[in-house]
Amino acid sequence: MLKGGTDEGGTVADDAGTNERLGAMLRTHRDVVLGRWIELVSSAMGPHSTTQEVEAELGTLYGAIADSLASGARPREQGFGEVRAMLSELSHDRARLGFSPTETAATVLNLKVAALSAVGDSLSDYVALSDVVDDLAAFTFEAYVAARETVITELAEQLLELSTPVVKLWEGVVAVPLVGTLDSARTQVVMEKLLQVLVDTGSDHAIIDITGVPAVDTQVAQHLLKTVVAARLMGAECVISGIRPQIAQTIVALGIEFGDIVTKASLADALQIAISAGKDG
Amino acid sequence: MERVPILRIGDLLLVTIQVDLDDQSALALQEDLARRIVADSAHGVLIDITALDVVDSFIGRMLATVASISAVLDAETVVVGMRPAVAITLVELGLSLGGVRTALDIDKGLALLGRSTARG
Repeated sequence: MLKGGTDEGGTVADDAGTNERLGAMLRTHRDVVLGRWIELVSSAMGPHSTTQEVEAELGTLYGAIADSLASGARPREQGFGEVRAMLSELSHDRARLGFSPTETAATVLNLKVAALSAVGDSLSDYVALSDVVDDLAAFTFEAYVAARETVITELAEQLLELSTPVVKLWEGVVAVPLVGTLDSARTQVVMEKLLQVLVDTGSDHAIIDITGVPAVDTQVAQHLLKTVVAARLMGAECVISGIRPQIAQTIVALGIEFGDIVTKASLADALQIAISAGKDG
Repeated sequence: MERVPILRIGDLLLVTIQVDLDDQSALALQEDLARRIVADSAHGVLIDITALDVVDSFIGRMLATVASISAVLDAETVVVGMRPAVAITLVELGLSLGGVRTALDIDKGLALLGRSTARG
C-alpha cells in the first residue's frame, strides 16, 4: 500500500506510470466520477449558474485532465497545457462573475472527492491524484488572482478617464465637475486637462465644482490650491464651487486657508460671478 | 550670448522669448528691460513665453523680479501664453509668481494692460 513512500529515488518514473494509470482510471469511470463532480460543483455554486453550464464546462475539463494524465505528463509540464488554458479561462470567467477565490478553487478540488470511489483501495494512487488536483487548484487560484488584478487595473484606468470631464459652460467659462475621492494621480490628470482646455478654448475663467467629492482633507485642499495657482499662472481665474456644509466645517476645523481664492456654495453662484467678471473684462 | 529683443508699442514694451534662456541671457534681459522702461517711459510690459517649453526656478524668479522692478518704475507687467506644463512645473517648484499678472494670450494681455493704464 505504501510503496510510493518508501521508494523516493524513482519518483519521477513512478509518477509517470501512476499518472498513466490514473488517466486510464478516470476514463474508465468517467460517468460515475464526472457525474459526482458535476453534482458537487453545482451544489456548491448554488443559483449562480445552471447545471447545464457546469456539465458542459466540467465535461471538457474532465476529458482534458484524463487525456493529459494518460499521456504521462505532470501538472506543471507541457502535456497539461490544454488543461491549464481551460482552467485559466474558467478562473477568468469566475473572477469577472464575482465568485470568491475559495469557490473557484473548490471547483477543481471537488474532483478529489468525486474520484474517491473510483480510485479504490490504493492509497498511493489517491495521494498521486490528490497531488495533481492540488497542483491544478493552485494554478486555478493563481489565474484567478491574475484575472482579478487585470479587472482592478482596468477599472482604475476607466475611472481616471471617465471622471474628469471638462465642460464649457459659457463663452470663456469652463467647469470641471469633480466626482469621487481625489488623490495625487487624479488631481494631476484633472489639472493637466483643465489647463489644456483653458489654452484650447481661450477661456479665462474656470470653475472647479467639488459637489461630488465626499471629503476634503489637507491633501485634497493642497491639490485644489495647486490647480488654482497653476491656472492663475496661465492667466485664468479659478472659482471653487459646490462646497457642502460638512465640508466647509471640515475645512475650517483643519485650518485650511483658501486665501484670496473665490469659493461659492453652488455652481450657479460660481457661474454668475464668472460671467459678470467676464463682462467687466 | 543671445539678447532677447524688446519691442515698443505705444507706451508698452513687448518681449517675446523665443529660445530657452540660460541664466546669463535672463539677467541681461532683466537689465535691458529696466533700462528700456526708463528710456521709453513705458507703462506696461508684456512678456510672451508661449514658445517656452521649459522653465526652471531661475527663470521663474527672473519673471517675478522683472515684475517687481517694473512696479518700482511704474510699469505693469503681464506674462502671457504660459503653457500648462510650465504652469504645473512652477507650482510644483513652489513659485506662484505673486506679483505677476498673467493672461492666456497677447490679445488678452493687451486688453488687461489697456484697462489698467486707462484707469491709472
